[in-house]
This record gives sequence, C-alpha cells and structure tokens, in this order.
Amino acid sequence: MSNFDPNTDMPRGARPEEQITTDPSKPSERMQFRLMLFNLAPWIIASLVLLLLPAVFTNNSTITIMNQMMITIVFALAYNMLLGQGGMLSFGHAVYAGVGGFACMHIMNTSDFFSSIPLVILPFFGGLFGMGLAMIVGSFSTRSAGTVFAMISLGVGELIAASSVIIVAFFGGEGGVSGNRTDALPFFGNEFLQQINVYYLIAVWTIISAALMFLWSRTPVGRMANAVRDNPERAEFLGYSARWVRFYSFVASGFFAGVSGGLFAINYEILTEENLNTASSGVILLVTFLGGVGFFFGPIIGAVVFTLVQTVLSLQTELWAFYAGSLFLATVMFFPGGLAGLIMMHVPAFKLGKSKLLIIPYVKTLVPAAIGILAVCALVEMTFHYRHAATGDHEMTLFWTTFDSHTVLPWLVAAAIAAVGLGIARATAPSLKEAWNEANTRGAAS
Amino acid sequence: MDLILVNLIDGLVTGLLLFMLSAGLTLIFSMMGVLNFAHASFYMLGAYFAYSISLALGFWMGLLVAPLIVGLAGAAVERYGLRRVHQYGHVPELIFTFGLALLIEELVQFVWGKNQMAYSVPDVLNFTAFAISGNSIPAYKIFMIFISVGIFIGLLYVLTKTRVGMIIQAALSYPRTVEALGHNVPLIFMGVFGVGTALAGVAGVIAGPVLGTFPGMAFVLGSIVFVTIVIGGLGSLWGALFASLLIGWMTTFAKAYNIEMSNILNGLGIATPENLDESLFRDFWSLTSPQIADILPYILMVLILIFRPAGLFGKRSS
Repeated sequence: MSNFDPNTDMPRGARPEEQITTDPSKPSERMQFRLMLFNLAPWIIASLVLLLLPAVFTNNSTITIMNQMMITIVFALAYNMLLGQGGMLSFGHAVYAGVGGFACMHIMNTSDFFSSIPLVILPFFGGLFGMGLAMIVGSFSTRSAGTVFAMISLGVGELIAASSVIIVAFFGGEGGVSGNRTDALPFFGNEFLQQINVYYLIAVWTIISAALMFLWSRTPVGRMANAVRDNPERAEFLGYSARWVRFYSFVASGFFAGVSGGLFAINYEILTEENLNTASSGVILLVTFLGGVGFFFGPIIGAVVFTLVQTVLSLQTELWAFYAGSLFLATVMFFPGGLAGLIMMHVPAFKLGKSKLLIIPYVKTLVPAAIGILAVCALVEMTFHYRHAATGDHEMTLFWTTFDSHTVLPWLVAAAIAAVGLGIARATAPSLKEAWNEANTRGAAS
Repeated sequence: MDLILVNLIDGLVTGLLLFMLSAGLTLIFSMMGVLNFAHASFYMLGAYFAYSISLALGFWMGLLVAPLIVGLAGAAVERYGLRRVHQYGHVPELIFTFGLALLIEELVQFVWGKNQMAYSVPDVLNFTAFAISGNSIPAYKIFMIFISVGIFIGLLYVLTKTRVGMIIQAALSYPRTVEALGHNVPLIFMGVFGVGTALAGVAGVIAGPVLGTFPGMAFVLGSIVFVTIVIGGLGSLWGALFASLLIGWMTTFAKAYNIEMSNILNGLGIATPENLDESLFRDFWSLTSPQIADILPYILMVLILIFRPAGLFGKRSS
C-alpha cells in the first residue's frame, strides 16, 4: 500500500509534512488504515460514478459521448506517462493507438480466432500490438529526450500515417478497416449489441487501465522516470540507465495507447487513417496539456473537458476549434500546470481553512470576466456571420436572441458588455490577488 | 537528358523555397534553442496577406509589404508570447508554438474562409522563359530562383560581414557577454525572430500563386521544414541550404521517374511471388517511387537522427 495522496504527483518532491507515518505503534496503524481508505476513495467514487452515469443519462447520444470521453481518458493518461512523468514530448503518439486499433480490427475479421475469444479481452491485444510497435520505435528513439525525441516521434508518426495510404493490406487505404464486434464469443451471454453494453466494457477497461497506470507511476521505474525527466545526469550517477528508464516508460505508454485504440475499435467498429495522423497526435497533446501534465488526474480532466467542448460546442458553433485553440494557448501561457494545476493551487488555502475568503473575490472578478469573454465570443461570432453567411442572410441567433447582424445596435451592445465585463474584472483583480495572498498565509488574522 | 535538366530546375525551385523557410527557422533555433512549429504558419500568413494586398495594390506591393507585416507579427509573438513561456522551459515553448500553429490556421479560416484564394502569378511574369525540348519553363520559376538566391546571399552577407551580423552571431553563442557589453540582447532576439518569420512571409508571397493559397498550406509544408533543418543540422545555415536542395531534388526525381519496387527486387534476384494478389506483401511489391516521394524526407530524417543526431552539418546534438 502507498502513503501517497493518489491525486498528487508532485514533481518537485514537495510532500506535505503531515504524511510522515512511519511510527509502528497502533494509532499509527489505524492512521494507515484510514489513509488507505482515503487513498482508495477517489477510485471507489470514480468507479461508482462511471457505473451510475448511464442510469442518469439514458439516451444513446450521451452514452456515445461518454464512450468517446473514456477512450480519450485512457489515451491521454498513456500520453501523460511520456509527457508528464517522463518529460518526453511526442508528436506522433496517435500511431500506437491507431496500430493497436487496426490490429484489433484485423482480429475481429479473423472469424475463427475471434469467435473463440470473448470481446472483453480484445483491447489487451490492441495493447500488445501498440507495445510491440513502441518497442521497435523506442529502441532507437529513446536514446535522448528533448528535441531529438520529439523530432523522431514526428518523423515516425508521419511515416506510418503516410504509409497507411500505401500499405492497403493492413491499413485499408482510404476506406479504413471495419468489422463486427458481435462475432466474438458471447461473454456471459452478452453479445455487446447495444451501446450501453459497450459502455460498461469501456468503463471497466478505463478503471483498470487508469489504476494500472497509477500503480506504474508508483513503482521504482515510474519514480525513476520522474528523476530522468528532471535530471538525467544525476539519475545516471545513481546507477540507472536513463535510456532504459525512458524505454520502459515508452513501451508502457505504447501498451496503454494500444488499449485505447482497441477500445476505439470496439466502440466504432471502424478505423481509418484519421486515427493515426498527425492531427490526432496533436489533439492528444492538447488534451493532456489542457488537463495538466503535473498531476496524475490532469489528463482525465483534460479528456472530459475537451470531449465536452468538442461535442457540445461543435453543435453550437462552427468556430469551436478556434475557441479550443485559444483556450489551449491561454493555458500554455498563463497556467502551464493546466486545469489540474489550477485546482491544486487551492489546496494550501483549503488546508489553512481559509478558502472561504476567496469566494467573494472570485465571484467579483470571475463572473464579470466570464460575461466579458462571452461578449467577446459574441463579437467573434457576429464577425464570422457578417463575413461568411450566405448573401442576404442577415439574421443570426446568439444566446437565445435573434437579431440582424448587419445593423449597428447588436455590435454596440456586445462591445459595451465586453468592455464593462472585462473592465470590472480588471478593476477587481488586485483585491482578488490580495485575498489570494491572505488565504495562503499561515496564521494571520482573518 | 533533357528531362533531367527540367527536373533539376523543378527540384531547385522546391529546394530554394524550402530553404527560405528553413533559413529563418534554423536561425531562430540557434537563437532560442526552440523549434518554432508555427513557422510554416507565418509562411501561410505571408501568402494570405500578399493576396489581400495584391487585390488593392498589385502583386509587387504585396511582395514588399506582406513580409513586413508578417515580420511584425512574428516579433509581437516573440515579445508577448514566447518570452513569457520561455521561463517554463523548452517543452512548453514547443507546445506553445504548436498551439500557435493550430490557432493561426483557425484564424486564417475565420478571416478568409476555407476555400482556395484566387492568388495568381502577375501578368508581367506569366510567360514562358524558355523551353527544353518541348518542356516549357515558366518565367515565374526563374523569378523564384532569383529571389531566393538573392535572399540567401543577402543573409549570408549580413550575418558574416556586417556589424549587426557580428553582434547577432555573438549573441547566439554568448548572450550574457554580449549583454554585458551593452547590447540589448532581448531586442536582438526579437529582431531575429521577426526577420526569420519575415523570410517565411517572403516564401509565402512567392509560393502562394504556384502552390495555392489555402488554409492547409502551412500543414503541407510545416513538418517538411523541420525535417529539413534536422537533416541539415540544427542551427546551421549551410546545412539548411544543403538539406533543402537535397529534399527538393529527391522528391522531384522520385515523382518524375516511376521506379517500381518489383523491378528493383527482380533486379536483386528475388522472384515475384506467384499469387501476388493474396500475398501479405502485395503492397510492398507494388510500391512505386512517386508513391513514397513525399515520405522519403521522413525516412531520411529518422535515419539521420539514429546515426548522426547532430545532422549533416550540425555541431551539437540537441
């Protein structure tokens, strides 16, 4: 068992002081038991939530979104094994997920073998193929981290993505490879005909993979990956080969990427070139970084938020990729810790019991800021409509109001709201900063 | 023989175009130690700006003004974006430029739409310069060659013979010492970034009419530019030139001559399998050189990174 808070993967070795629990006397053991419960709590809650979600959202489209979300979670966690824990930036990681997925599709199409295995173990084969490819590529790409690694990953990614159009036998060319998941050996009488059955399959795999990846980060080799990321030279002096540590991380990451590819194959029953091209590799980088690379649960948040943005926002506006890109750039520039880093920033204030001090300043600053940003988005949408709508189409609907985008009034209103909202946010920002400092200071009078 | 000459010219045009992009990129890399993923996006911006300007003021004003705007935009990105991210380390910098590339593509689609622009060769240059046994060489290609060679010579002169160039070179290797001597190093960095992106802008202006001005044009060329400077050796101007020409000629010749894998394999003494259509390697046997022309640079890059990580002309490995 571990004494670490499962949510924090603090990279700088900064451990909260209350976690020193080596006293062997009985009270301490009780404490250890409580700590174990505390450690397991997030996992149990997450599992329960995953099990109960379909009961809340019963329609098929929501379940499809959730399936997509969980697949992205597994992939993003696998990617973070490289980026966050190992410090290796890969621009071609979709390749491992894609190849794992393609392998699963081919297994689905070999009727003899496929009808003798239950569907639930199919992602494991995807993982094996992803791992195999990672072993081949990793044997030469993990010699160094940094730019060389990033460039090799980009080159290999482009190579395999390009060959997917050439090697038709494996990648199916333009049309991709499709199959039928119901051909498998029934699993306790279940043939996975319906979306909800697939949901539970993916949910179980997501929990198992996440738990395994978390445990991996607690093993010596997972810990050494952090050391090699921060200071490869020192890790070498400790007697560890930086190259092999990177290689192990890379292979493990390839395995779980392959698992996510297998889950994708089961869910969609088709894989195309799109699954392994550079764009998907870029998306997974975006998701992971948005969520936060410094914490284990960061990519999970990133996957949830990004999938929601992608599916919900893309129904509302054509410009969703523009907003996602802006959000991503703002994250890199102002919150390099990502969403998870933003959340974990508040832990000290909570521990000091002063988090209540922050609520009112937050409302004062963030609500006007949010309104101002929405008004800016409205301006962007109106500009887009003005320029690109069909000629003669002057009507547009935005925030439940319909107006003529060629008249001056809506522009003035939106600009005024934006100016006022951002102005108030700017004016109240200093007091928020003050409250923030106050909330993070130990012992001062409140 | 004539066909070889035509292909040599075509490859030279592609190679020099690549060089204009990679020259700026490699300068920026040796300065900041970070690969600018958004470099090809500035190339795209150059083409779009030039198109918009050419509508009002003609092609030549576009050639003059668009690179300036792109350079200013690049300098602003360095000043307000990269310099901020720089404190977090190299990986966030790389991610920042990656996000910037995505955003610029979305921005271009937002402003100009998704269709290809009607940006075309100016009438003055729209004639056949000469013909090699029936294959006509348009004057615009010759114009492109002259512009790129001129820029290369100018760049080399500024970097090696002038005082400004000396200071830049010194700032690349010993920024602290140069700062102690009273030079404003952040300003130099911003200037080099601006000039590098302006070069990409020039490439965009002159390539836009030939290769097409559309939102995907940065993506098409983007990764090839990295490949070029990695093959040439990061930070080496001569390496960038050599690698650009190598890639230009390699892809052009691979596309021009239809070399089939089955011929090569037969020549090596391996017989074609009887039932080729059912063989697992059927795609391997039917491989032709035009098919793999576009991925040849990537193969070359991976090989170079494995066997000589510093690149052909590079001195340091990362």
